[in-house]
Amino acid sequence: MNGDGAMSSDSTLSTGGAVKKARRMKLPAPNAIVGGTLIGILLATACIGALWTPYDPLKLSFREKLVAPSALHWLGTDEFGRDVLSRLMAGAATSVWISILTVTLAVIAGTTIGLFSGYMRGWTDRIIMAFNDALLAFPGILLALGLLAVVGANKYGIIVALGIAYTPSVARVVRGTVLSLREREFIAASRVMGNSEGFTMARHILPNCIAPLTVLATSMFGYVLLAESALSFLGLGVPPPAPTWGNMLAGSRPYIGQAVWLGIFPGLCISLTLLGINLLGDAVRDRLDPRMRGSR
Amino acid sequence: MNTKVAPLLDVANLTLKIGGSGRTVVNDVSFQVFPGEIVGIVGESGSGKTLAARAVMGFIPPAVRLEGGTIRFDGQDVMAMSPKDLRAMRGSKVGMVFQEPMTSLNPSMLIGRQLDEGLALHRKLDANQRRALILDMLRRVGLRDPEGALTAYPHQFSGGMRQRIMLASVMLLKPALLLADEPTTALDAVVQRDVMELMVELTKANDTAVLLISHDLGMVARYCSRIVVMCQGDVVEQGLSEDILARPQHPYTRKLLSAMPHRLPARLLPEAKTPIVSVRDLVVEYPGRQGFFRKGEVKRALHGISIDVQPGEVVAVVGGSGSGKTTLGQSIAGLVKPAGGEIRFNGKPIARSETAYWDYRLNCQMVFQDPYSSLDPRMTIGQLVAEPLRLVPDMTPADRKARVAEVLTEVGLGDGFAERYPHELSGGQRQRIAIARAIVRRPSFVIADEPVSALDVTVRAQVLELFDELQKKHGFSCLFISHDLGVVEQVADRVIVMQDGRIVEEGPRDDIFDNPQHLYTQKLLAAVPGLESTPEGGVRLFWRRAENDASMVG
Repeated sequence: MNGDGAMSSDSTLSTGGAVKKARRMKLPAPNAIVGGTLIGILLATACIGALWTPYDPLKLSFREKLVAPSALHWLGTDEFGRDVLSRLMAGAATSVWISILTVTLAVIAGTTIGLFSGYMRGWTDRIIMAFNDALLAFPGILLALGLLAVVGANKYGIIVALGIAYTPSVARVVRGTVLSLREREFIAASRVMGNSEGFTMARHILPNCIAPLTVLATSMFGYVLLAESALSFLGLGVPPPAPTWGNMLAGSRPYIGQAVWLGIFPGLCISLTLLGINLLGDAVRDRLDPRMRGSR
Repeated sequence: MNTKVAPLLDVANLTLKIGGSGRTVVNDVSFQVFPGEIVGIVGESGSGKTLAARAVMGFIPPAVRLEGGTIRFDGQDVMAMSPKDLRAMRGSKVGMVFQEPMTSLNPSMLIGRQLDEGLALHRKLDANQRRALILDMLRRVGLRDPEGALTAYPHQFSGGMRQRIMLASVMLLKPALLLADEPTTALDAVVQRDVMELMVELTKANDTAVLLISHDLGMVARYCSRIVVMCQGDVVEQGLSEDILARPQHPYTRKLLSAMPHRLPARLLPEAKTPIVSVRDLVVEYPGRQGFFRKGEVKRALHGISIDVQPGEVVAVVGGSGSGKTTLGQSIAGLVKPAGGEIRFNGKPIARSETAYWDYRLNCQMVFQDPYSSLDPRMTIGQLVAEPLRLVPDMTPADRKARVAEVLTEVGLGDGFAERYPHELSGGQRQRIAIARAIVRRPSFVIADEPVSALDVTVRAQVLELFDELQKKHGFSCLFISHDLGVVEQVADRVIVMQDGRIVEEGPRDDIFDNPQHLYTQKLLAAVPGLESTPEGGVRLFWRRAENDASMVG
């Protein structure tokens, strides 16, 4: 009776499995397509912008200042006659690079702290988290401002300042996930197997943190892009004349009445990038989680 | 059953479909409930029993469509009722008790206010009369301090107590029909029985008919005069309880009956000199709640437990919730650090030397209760089962692969399962994987913590049978922890009964079951049915009576 019972339930299930396998072959989800396209364009622009731009983004040309978009200058020129398209492309490289490095820094630092704190619990956890919460109490941008004053306003200063400013939120999320995971029976199973704490963390806890981390990292990428723009806007970012989307947006302010394209194009770039990242983040999370596969 | 009386509830040809997929979840179901009668609907998960019963209240989930059939309550068509009439019927004429006592009471509302709600809505009484009624009812459901209960919150009561309060709130309105959807499934065996007895007593006193929905055929047979058996949306059989049990007609009913745990003949184990695992005076303490500046009181979960497990022996540990049986399993498995005592493996204390510890670690495995949380969701079945082999010295990758395939075949999940993820499997299949993972290293000692209590009845029987088969084949010793004496009766060689962190009785299975000495053991036994086969292929249930049975827990 054991045999035939198992067979009947198994056979119904294997057809279910086949259906799921077939579904996996389907086209990617629409959010993956739109998000992927937007981010693809951004990355391509950043790569090209780092190597080649139609004009020199730094070259001043007072005869051509505040020229409206035309065949010669597709997106017009700014108050110093610099080509907006070239500056956007060069700025994309800087902004993307800063954001990627910042998010990487915050995720690595935050994950390490969160894993350690959540797995150790007790006093270690309390002290780390008290410190963490104190940092969280400051708005990220304020913390970054303070840190920038210490490390100095340049590209790497921004990365370090923003990276540190965003670490506490990663640590919080990872710790929370670890706390709920470590009560699950598969962690106990791993310990009963004789696995060391380190192996258990690396093999069972860390991979299960990836889904929330992906979502957090993508939304953070957007925030960092914004924060970097805001810092540049406040004049504490990448020092001029090097273009970033933030200082371009900042620089457009006095001319908003006469040269609307100066503000619109950098702003549009920031918005579209954020949209793309969020869509892609959702898609990546679904893809990484085996439970979500085939359920769409 | 008196057929001259009009039925209180008459469900005829009820068919429910899921809106989107068109799948039939309740198919052409007809049954009747007469005034004052207790009728049981039995079926496993997915049988449509809950949907059919909820339809009686007019509660159909939005995704489900009524395809055909009628539900008449007291001669009125429930489906044609206006929302106002429907609301008047709910509560005042039809009451419902839900499965989960932890969530069916509003946690932020005083008990008194919650009980008053229905009365104030449906009965024209002033506050003092309502209060008197509520106090009387709370006393009848066995609350020690009804006055105090009025101003208490639900979290201050245990699960069993909450279910009593829930029952009180429903019975206050003296409904003509009570729908009880798995009312005691979430409770442990002893409490389960007390709550059921109370329900029967209260409904009898008020002449309330009961529609009892449950997966537990034994419980349904004990309390119901008629049984409706449902399987995948169909009623496969209905009739008087004795007839269904003694002469089951439908194969599914027979399957359900044969899935009820039954005792196998006692085994003779060869005498061994040293027990494989021996536990001496094990003490486990949990620190109290800690704040920044204060330390809570230490709670002692185990008070010096000593157990010997012989090679090849299955020792069952039984007890209600809070008896410390799970803590015992966890501390023997090394998950909880004991405050005192000693664990010896093959005669060597494991705490003393590194080699003895590793010998034990590699030879002691555990099967957990919840198959949904004991498997890492990000690993495939193959990876899960192979993981314990990582620590086995001198095994080539080819050996490992062969072993995994062999074990998967042993648990009946041979072909193509290795590539799948746990979420693609059913609960029973997951538990098979958990068993495979536990035995893949060929351990000599396995701790099974409630391994089948999360499973459906027929799946439970299959998994138990598999476990038994593997135990005989590989000869590992087992500490089998369970609150369900029925299951224990089937698998155990020896039984240990625990209460409040102490062993109250232990002995060979047949002695414990046939001649229990301790009062608590008798109480536990009274909560589960005994089974006798009848010549027609059915069974007869008998119930053991505990001495001092009248004494109620308060």
